[in-house]
Amino acid sequence: MFKCIYNGEKETKAGKTVFGETIRKMIEEDPQVVYLDADLMNSIGTSGLEKSFPNQVIEVGIQEANMAGLSGGLSAVGKKPFMHTFASFAGRRCYDQVFISIAYAKNNVRVIGSDPGITSAYNGGTHMPFEDICLYRAIPHSTVIEFTDSAMTAALLPVIKERPGLTYCRLSRKNCIAIYSEDSVFEPGVANILRDGKDAVIFACGYMVSESLKAAETLEKEGISTAVVDMFTIKPLDTAKVLEFAEKTGAVVTAENGNVVGGLGAAVAGFLSETRPTPVIRVGVKDEFGQVGTPEYLAGVYGLTPADVVAAVKKSISLKK
Amino acid sequence: MLTPLKEFATDIRIQQMEEFKARGFGHVGGSLSITDCLAALYGGIMRIDPKNPNWEDRDRLVVSKGHSGPALYAALALKGYFPLETLKTLNQNGTTLPSHCDRNLTPGVDMTTGSLGQGASTACGMALGLKLSGKDSRVYLILGDGECQEGQVWEMALFAAQHKLGNFIAFLDYNKRQLDGYVTDICDLEDPAAKFESFNWYVKRIKGDDPDKIYETILETQKNQKDRPAMIVLDTVKGGGVKQIEDTTLNHHLNMTTELADEIIKQLIKQKEG
Repeated sequence: MFKCIYNGEKETKAGKTVFGETIRKMIEEDPQVVYLDADLMNSIGTSGLEKSFPNQVIEVGIQEANMAGLSGGLSAVGKKPFMHTFASFAGRRCYDQVFISIAYAKNNVRVIGSDPGITSAYNGGTHMPFEDICLYRAIPHSTVIEFTDSAMTAALLPVIKERPGLTYCRLSRKNCIAIYSEDSVFEPGVANILRDGKDAVIFACGYMVSESLKAAETLEKEGISTAVVDMFTIKPLDTAKVLEFAEKTGAVVTAENGNVVGGLGAAVAGFLSETRPTPVIRVGVKDEFGQVGTPEYLAGVYGLTPADVVAAVKKSISLKK
Repeated sequence: MLTPLKEFATDIRIQQMEEFKARGFGHVGGSLSITDCLAALYGGIMRIDPKNPNWEDRDRLVVSKGHSGPALYAALALKGYFPLETLKTLNQNGTTLPSHCDRNLTPGVDMTTGSLGQGASTACGMALGLKLSGKDSRVYLILGDGECQEGQVWEMALFAAQHKLGNFIAFLDYNKRQLDGYVTDICDLEDPAAKFESFNWYVKRIKGDDPDKIYETILETQKNQKDRPAMIVLDTVKGGGVKQIEDTTLNHHLNMTTELADEIIKQLIKQKEG
């Protein structure tokens, strides 16, 4: 279904380029698709689409709350809305509207939040979403996805187009480190085993997938066999794979580009503590606000480097009974 | 003799009282004040089919002040969307008639509302979607005056004018009172008609206690709004049409004894009989 092509190199295309191309393709193929944006089309590669497709692309202006409500209303009359804003605003700025007008009202809307976590870099603390995964997980029956790279973005958006209910997708605008071949196929809710291992497992998502693969290579040189599983669907959690690898390795690490409060690590730890108590070490932002900086600098500040993952794996192994 | 629309409005009031009587409390004031507007809408303005509540080509209504659900439920039951008996289950465990409108529970309810301001955007999104699809269905929206303190309403007001939603008519139930007291004392709307006019909406302001006048104004608005969204400001009284409730100072949410409900119902039946 998928092919891992990871070699540490970045993709040739930026995330936003692929996103813009994919949105365009879906609009061309399906007249019910409506794309809405809150004055960030120039930032996400969809600029100009409103002129080519005035009946399917809506530049809403800077009004995220209204955009969420409009999306709910569009769904109620049979449209398939995708709404985009920065992940910081998708979470904080229109939470009640997403909660009530979309999810509670059982409308089918896809919310795209770009610039997750430290990838918002120079936009700094006001724009740095560490909490969006937690917020969207807390909405009943929601789907929460983080695109690992552009190959996944292109493959999954058309799948998500047909998904009922609320689907939230985290998307990096930049060039991601390539993980998947372009012909890979993905299924929401089914995690991808990128690397097998017997001593420990890392459940990672988004930016932290490549960092975890780097960490696993380092650990291998030290004789520690570490599995890496891409948990691109954070909700619903692929509990079968979590259980399988927890039983197999007995030492679990989670790695995410966001706050550990309510994130992927919380989901994995919560499931395991009720099912098969296993040490879980969470790599992620430890309840801090964001700030300005390069992603590399910020990864160091918040403990999101491959070295941090290596240390977490060793700690989880040390806690094995 | 009452006109057919006035009689329909009176019946909607009687059935609301049956709902509140059965539960013993409810959002009485704001339900009564939108009753004459509902009578006009369901008394001939809206293109609907109660036997097919999800008919694709129907007109839609979003009661954004979702706590006025009991008035809407009464109108829907009288139109035959569900039996009148169901009205007695308002807010009972497991009911299809919750205190705030829910499109997934009640046949004929077009949108889930209750978090104020949000129905403005969902109604606007429906109007936009129908326009984009080239459909001729219209969307109606009922806003509360206190609700217009929410910024989201004004985001929608900008957007609807920008996108020339000539299939969209909003009503403001300007009953001047909100939960904690008078709108003027809390966060005043001053002249809402002027405000919407300045947002480039087609605006009318009329007394909101006469369903025939409301009916006529809607027809006139449909004819004249062209490609502008329309706002019909209805000067209403919270608790409108029932003296005892109008005279209660804080009448947003009230206890309703069987005795009081029966007294009101008797009075309303008397009005019908002239």
